[in-house]
Amino acid sequence: MSEFRMPSLGADMEAGTLVEWLKKPGDQVAPGDVVAVVETQKGAIEIEIFEGGIVERLIAKVGETLPVGSPLAIIAGSQPSSVAQAAHSAPEGQAERPAPPPVAAVTETAATAQRGIRASPAARKLAAEHHVDLEALTGSGPEGAIVYVDVENWLHAAARQPASPPGTSPPVRRERAAMRGAIGATMARAKREIPHYYLQHTFEFDRALDWLARTNAALGPDRRLVPGALLVKALALACRQFADFNGYWRDGHFEASRAVNVGTAISIPGGGLVAPAIMEADRLELPAVMERLRDLVNRVRVGRYRGSELTGATVTLSSLGERGVEGLWPIINPPQVAIVGAGTPVERPWIRDGRVVPAVTLMLTLAADHRVSDGHRGARFLAAIAAKLQEPERL
Amino acid sequence: MSEPGQQPTNGTATYRDAVRAGIRDALIRDPRCFLMGEDVGRYGGCYAVSKGLLDEFGPERIRDTPLSESGFVGAGIGAALGGMRPIVEVMTVNFSLLCLDQILNNAATIRHMSGGQFSIPVVIRMASGAGRQLAAQHSHSLEVWYAHIPGIRVLAPATLEDAQGMLWTAIVDPDPVVIFENVMLYNMTGSLPVEVRPVDIGRAAIRRSGTDLSIVTYGGSLWKCLAAAEALAEAGIDAEVIDLRTLRPLDDETIMASVRRTRRALLVDEGWRSGSLAAEIMARIVEQCFWSLDAPLARVCSEEVPIPYPKHLEDAALPQVPAIVEAARRTMGAK
Repeated sequence: MSEFRMPSLGADMEAGTLVEWLKKPGDQVAPGDVVAVVETQKGAIEIEIFEGGIVERLIAKVGETLPVGSPLAIIAGSQPSSVAQAAHSAPEGQAERPAPPPVAAVTETAATAQRGIRASPAARKLAAEHHVDLEALTGSGPEGAIVYVDVENWLHAAARQPASPPGTSPPVRRERAAMRGAIGATMARAKREIPHYYLQHTFEFDRALDWLARTNAALGPDRRLVPGALLVKALALACRQFADFNGYWRDGHFEASRAVNVGTAISIPGGGLVAPAIMEADRLELPAVMERLRDLVNRVRVGRYRGSELTGATVTLSSLGERGVEGLWPIINPPQVAIVGAGTPVERPWIRDGRVVPAVTLMLTLAADHRVSDGHRGARFLAAIAAKLQEPERL
Repeated sequence: MSEPGQQPTNGTATYRDAVRAGIRDALIRDPRCFLMGEDVGRYGGCYAVSKGLLDEFGPERIRDTPLSESGFVGAGIGAALGGMRPIVEVMTVNFSLLCLDQILNNAATIRHMSGGQFSIPVVIRMASGAGRQLAAQHSHSLEVWYAHIPGIRVLAPATLEDAQGMLWTAIVDPDPVVIFENVMLYNMTGSLPVEVRPVDIGRAAIRRSGTDLSIVTYGGSLWKCLAAAEALAEAGIDAEVIDLRTLRPLDDETIMASVRRTRRALLVDEGWRSGSLAAEIMARIVEQCFWSLDAPLARVCSEEVPIPYPKHLEDAALPQVPAIVEAARRTMGAK
């Protein structure tokens, strides 16, 4: 028996509000299953469980705001399926034996929590040998004790995890209103707490688009680059030079991040948006950036992204893509300190070398945190991004 | 097995026949052997084990004794001391308390106290166990009291082969050997080897291999454990069943190897729970296998009452298949 607790979905997260339970008592859960939707400062996030078992009891109620680490549910140990089924098909006389009263089970849990983890000597030894934290496991042994096979299964699952396809979690069932509420809460906090300043810069985007067209001509449809990939990479490279736009505002001061993890705002079909990160985008080649971007977009569209993907961004890009609007003034996603907006490239009359010429232009905007930087720095940062987009072949 | 707890009925010989064949073989093989005990001669033995032996071997070698356990067991020890190979039958373990002094203070100690100059190659057979409605003075399982005593070897044959073969192995042992025959086994049938073969008495036997838990037992409880193991198999629990065979010295190696494999152990012992052989084995498992254990050790023993006379109460007092199954399921964490 173990407690499923409010996870930390980012270093700044202190509490989360339970928006929806996706599992109910009696449901079987496996590691990686999405069991609940929690509203945090970063949006309504599906939270995964990392142990298997059966949901015995839901502790947290929908609407409750609970600190990180609070127990949300009790997960009871699962049985090997053959045994569980056999127990089910036991003669009626046995099956009708009164189950131990739930009160006793609760008392037992409390007592167990006080005494420490109930785990067999064999399980403890195996866990110690492999540095497995027993806290993370669910027991299947007598009285929910963690037994040898539980540790063994955990080790197998851990060994399998990196290879498992991202689409194995069940499709999202999302409460739209809750999502909207979460976005609202985060944005309200950002507007309330962060002294935003805004800059705007419009520049020729022809070169980048021409280069993309030439590059894509040689690529299959599944590998073609989109302008968004250029923007991610250009922003990431600029962040290396301008460290005061990449990091977190925490505990009253700015912490620059060595890694540049570019959150990319992606709207969810039907409403809402998320900004999962492309980790260390500054170190990725363009095709790799494109691959990550495509993967994220696909998964967000089918609702198969994880809470863990939403925690890593150090700076965010919000791109309107082809929606036909020239510019946007984004709101910083706390605890980040900057967000770059990109409008739709627009063809317009442009003066080049003293002559009016047709040109495709892009408007980039920057919203940045005045506690960390000022407009002068911001302007140089924005100009640096634009400059990088003038030399797409170097991205 | 037709019903849970039933012993095999697939052969022509009984356990009783097997014990008799063992005695007969010893009497033929070694002229120093003789059988002595209450009603073993003209009556043919309380459980008809020695039926026919008086006619075959005569009153010199099949000797009826007075109702005096201390006297005739003492005489047997003396005869062994004098170079004979006596087989002494005590009607039931309850009565053996009258000769416990002879067994503990003489048979078990003389080699030690004589500095190895004397040995006592006596074999003492006795019936034990309940199930025949013989009430509280004829039904107990006090094997553990004997298994407590250094200087003697204690055997508990549970199969026809062991019932027959262990006797000769016991006779050639230079030290006292006590053999317990569970009263519920005498009518068990099976096939008997044509030739009497001495069997090894040093090792416990794995009567059923399994991977999920080790059920350790001996004597009459073996068949209940095997029946329980079949029932458990239907529930997806694969139990290993170990027949101790020798209760002193215990074959730790076989027990521990099994428990290290299965990580769980259930002891089944017809003796009373407190201070039982099951308790001793549990202690050894904890001493030797602690870091291999996956569940609290469990045991099914007799209720701590004088064994009742009424059938339903007698049954309720003894380890039975459903209780063994239930204990095994708890050990597995099965709901």
